[in-house]
Amino acid sequence: MSAAMDNSAVGPRPGNRLSALFWRRPGLSLAGLVLPPVLWMVLIYIAALAVLFVAAFWSVDDFTGEIVRKWTLANFQEIVTSPTYRRIAFRTIGMAALVTLTDAVLAFPVAYFMARVAGPRLRLALITAVVLPLWSSYLARVYAWRLILSHDGALNWGLKALGLPPADIGYTNVAMWIVFSYIWLPFMIMPVYAALERIPRNYFEASQDLGARGGRTFLKVVLPLAMPGLVAGSIFSFSLTLGDYITPVLVGGPGSDFIGNVVYSNVGVANNIPFAAAYATVPLVLMAGYLWLARRIGAFDVM
Amino acid sequence: MKTNRMRKAMVAAMAVALTSPQFAMAAPAKPNYPAKIGKSEGQLNIVAWEGYAQDDWIKPFEKETGCHVNRKYAGSSDEMVALMRSGGGGQYDLVSASGDATLRLIYGGDVQPLDMKLLTHWNDFLPNMKSPPYNTVGGLHYGMSYEWGPNVLMWNADKIKEAPKSWAAIYSDEYKGKITVPDNPIQIADAALYLMKTQPALGIKNPYELTKTQLEAAVVLLKKQRPLIKKYWALASDEIELFKNGDAIIGAAWPYQTNALKAAGMNVKDTVPVEGATGWADSWMLSTKSKHVNCAYKFLNYVSSPKVQAEQAIYFGETPANPKACSAMDKIEAGSCEKYHLNAPASYYKQIHFWQTPLPTCTNGKRDCTSYGDWQKAWQRVKG
Repeated sequence: MSAAMDNSAVGPRPGNRLSALFWRRPGLSLAGLVLPPVLWMVLIYIAALAVLFVAAFWSVDDFTGEIVRKWTLANFQEIVTSPTYRRIAFRTIGMAALVTLTDAVLAFPVAYFMARVAGPRLRLALITAVVLPLWSSYLARVYAWRLILSHDGALNWGLKALGLPPADIGYTNVAMWIVFSYIWLPFMIMPVYAALERIPRNYFEASQDLGARGGRTFLKVVLPLAMPGLVAGSIFSFSLTLGDYITPVLVGGPGSDFIGNVVYSNVGVANNIPFAAAYATVPLVLMAGYLWLARRIGAFDVM
Repeated sequence: MKTNRMRKAMVAAMAVALTSPQFAMAAPAKPNYPAKIGKSEGQLNIVAWEGYAQDDWIKPFEKETGCHVNRKYAGSSDEMVALMRSGGGGQYDLVSASGDATLRLIYGGDVQPLDMKLLTHWNDFLPNMKSPPYNTVGGLHYGMSYEWGPNVLMWNADKIKEAPKSWAAIYSDEYKGKITVPDNPIQIADAALYLMKTQPALGIKNPYELTKTQLEAAVVLLKKQRPLIKKYWALASDEIELFKNGDAIIGAAWPYQTNALKAAGMNVKDTVPVEGATGWADSWMLSTKSKHVNCAYKFLNYVSSPKVQAEQAIYFGETPANPKACSAMDKIEAGSCEKYHLNAPASYYKQIHFWQTPLPTCTNGKRDCTSYGDWQKAWQRVKG
């Protein structure tokens, strides 16, 4: 009673009035809560994508270098018809797929060991070991591989010590494949580990009780339950490879350009932003399709 | 609160981006000469190549003039152009633009003519550095030449005993898989220069002015070269590493790489081959919207003085525009004046074709030349 008296004497504080307003109109508080992230999404993601997509239909005047804002399909036409841009797109997608497959094959046994075999202490050590490289700079790791694979590098030095002929894989697509597979491996191991860890122990027992041996248990129980983890990991390794342009520059040879490199040189060197925008929609469309597929498999449940 | 402010800034930025006429067609800026170099404004913002604004000569300048120099280093010609246009121009006063960027800045209206009467050392410059076509348009000097150098043929003298004399060395099978050239569309000019000498029937007069047929011929040559290449280098340090690790033993380079490799104890040599060479020449250019014109002119006079010209040349491994720097160079490093060909006869300069922005209009006025955009696309086709 006396508190209420005090309040009326001073007048309601603005904070109280606001909370009263929210209490009377629950819809308003919901809007206040949701609006900032929605605005953020719309402005940062959707608007940027929309601008990108619209710019893809513009062109650049050859003579003045200025952007001509007239609708044209010329950029897309060039991407589809020019063998160069087709080859680069296929190279990028092929490499992304290959790296994803390699990482899946490498990550599965490691993740399985971590989740189902190793004791808690060893598991912690392994998780740390897997994540540790992510704490060093991406560039430092790529440069390290460049030194390993170069002509007089550690690899050829080791081969020579063993009496074997030198492997000339520095600055080739093989070098890119090795480096990409190495760099994105932690992103595959972690989700697969999370998926495998969630499989209840009694599923294995039930499978055995029903007479399934190791191989059958793996195919019918473990793999289907690990699938969402594998797909989640593949989203990382696939999209990260698809969008990369630094590794091709650093460890690739002649004929190693990715979609990202073409976009980079069109924005930076040629100032042809419309063409860069058009080419940038290729991985965008691809990833959208891939994510849609991944969602259907249920990959987002374990992320 | 922070996100809210950021969001507002974002909205504002987008509104500006959508409404500002940043892509509007521009023409070269008109002269707006100061009557004389007045009092220092206290500040000077410059865009420069790394190694072009060392404390060794910037600190004394600041002390002498009271102009504090704010430095921004750019990694490529394209970045320089972008920086000079950022924020509507005027954020930076001076830029050390190379010849493949100067015309873009001039025709973009981003830089203004300089009054050569106010530049005391300009009269001493090498004759071909006074009004070169890449910084002088219609008799107006949009830039003051600074330093220059050739793109040389460099090789590992331990692996290649007989000194190559022709660019043919990087177009033939002899060093297959051991060759490196720059990853830059302007590299097409190197091929065009080689064709100019080896296939006169193509009628190439200037390696930076190519018709569609001539450009195609250069692409054919470069596509044939591609299987011979170990790597197209993007940074000078890439090439240095390629040579150090034995991945490449011959390639197109700048004298800077030769010096760096020699300093690291490698036995490398370089030459300007019989066909001549392409080369770069940098100019200091003044922003059309510069707010520190007095400091800018003071800076131009300072960096064109023999002493600073010599310091810059030796630091970077290039040649000054002011031949009076010769004795100053020899004082810093005996024999360096000759090493960088500052005392060479005019015939030496004649064999160097300085970088120029390829424009769709040829010098004869015809519009059948290929643009830088064409070159960039062609280069992408070469690299595959």
